Amino acid sequence: MSRFQVARLVAVKDLRVERRSKVVTNQILPFAGATMVMFAFALDSKGVSGVDEDGQRWTTDVLALVAPGLVWLATLFSLLILVGRAFAVESEDGALDALRVAGVDPAAIFWGKSAALAVQLFLLELVLVVAAVLLYNVDVPLGGVALLGVTLVAATFGLAFVGTLYGGLAAGFTGRESLLPLLVLPVVAPVLIGATRAVESALGTGGVALAEGWPWVGLLAVFAIAFGVGGALAFGPLIEEAT
Amino acid sequence: MSEQPVIDLREAVAVLGGFPVLAGATLAVQLGEIVLLRGPNGAGKTSLLRLCAGLLPLARGSGQVLGLDLDGEIELIRPRVGLLGHRNGLYADLTVAENVRFWGTTVGASADEIDAAMDRLGVSGRLADVPVRRLSAGQKRRTALACLVARRAELWLLDEPHAGLDAAGRDELDGVLHQAVASGATVMLASHELERAGALAHRTVDIVNGTVVEDAA
Repeated sequence: MSRFQVARLVAVKDLRVERRSKVVTNQILPFAGATMVMFAFALDSKGVSGVDEDGQRWTTDVLALVAPGLVWLATLFSLLILVGRAFAVESEDGALDALRVAGVDPAAIFWGKSAALAVQLFLLELVLVVAAVLLYNVDVPLGGVALLGVTLVAATFGLAFVGTLYGGLAAGFTGRESLLPLLVLPVVAPVLIGATRAVESALGTGGVALAEGWPWVGLLAVFAIAFGVGGALAFGPLIEEAT
Repeated sequence: MSEQPVIDLREAVAVLGGFPVLAGATLAVQLGEIVLLRGPNGAGKTSLLRLCAGLLPLARGSGQVLGLDLDGEIELIRPRVGLLGHRNGLYADLTVAENVRFWGTTVGASADEIDAAMDRLGVSGRLADVPVRRLSAGQKRRTALACLVARRAELWLLDEPHAGLDAAGRDELDGVLHQAVASGATVMLASHELERAGALAHRTVDIVNGTVVEDAA
């Protein structure tokens, strides 16, 4: 089998496992939704105003202003649970060892698991964006839809690659549940910053121009490519050391 | 018997967490043999199986499996070896058929070969669509063995393979192992069920404190 075929086999298997277990729909989506509601409780919804670069005065709610960052924070918290779950499935009955003994290409495992994680993350992000629209009174201007979509895709792949890489590393350690956030959160900080700025541009939050978002998308794309390639190379040695 | 042993370990040392789990093991297993590893808990039986599967690195000494060096050709050894350890390597939320299909497909087994493996272990039919989570321990073990059959391994490394199986399952397992050997495979198994496994094996070797002591049995 080619590397692509094995990656697809692993991705389909992971998605099937998640669909059967319903962990995403019954636990992770409600968790992400609850996080968005908690943010709404914690932050003042008073109006704030300012002046954009063109001298135009803007007014918005605090929640609408910080909504892009909150969406990505909720995504990151959910990512940690998704990654932990993705590797718990491999560890609980020794399947990761079985994959190694079967001689399955580690790069194919990495890409397959990343793809499955990306699909779940993308669906989660769509729900979170809708939640932001409903809960935080965020408007999605028609002109920003393309930028928003490309940002979600680029950030999703970056997060999925990092999550899979460090999930594999943490899989063999005791206390991996607490180790994973320590490993992942510092590494995904560029995604949090870049994706937040790009979504701010897409939504026009605080008067940020649409064109300002595309360079951030470039950063997200470079990040995703770097971890997609580097992760595939490093994943084999990492799981050898970790398990 | 072939001149080139399927397993050829010489003074093999393996270390786990700073502790030498194998302390100079020397063992040769020929093509088509069924070899029983016997020894108390902690003697090194599981470590020996994992070393031969390429899951435990060789720290000192030398070792070849299927004519390939354990110190540098592990990636070539693994796809040709099947290991059934204490855990079954199954996905609990997938059905029996989905598990066997997944593991068979990873090595390019055909649908017919996968179906035949399930039939052989008695996990086809009604059981095929049952999620592994709902199976008994014995049924899980049978499913894991079906995965191993579907993988067409040349060297079978089995750790307590009879555990959890009922009388019929044990007989089936013995039949599967004989059939595997007849079709050119080699089997090394560790077991505490010496009467059952001893009758199955061509040869028994004792493992004592991480070293192999050949037995005439």
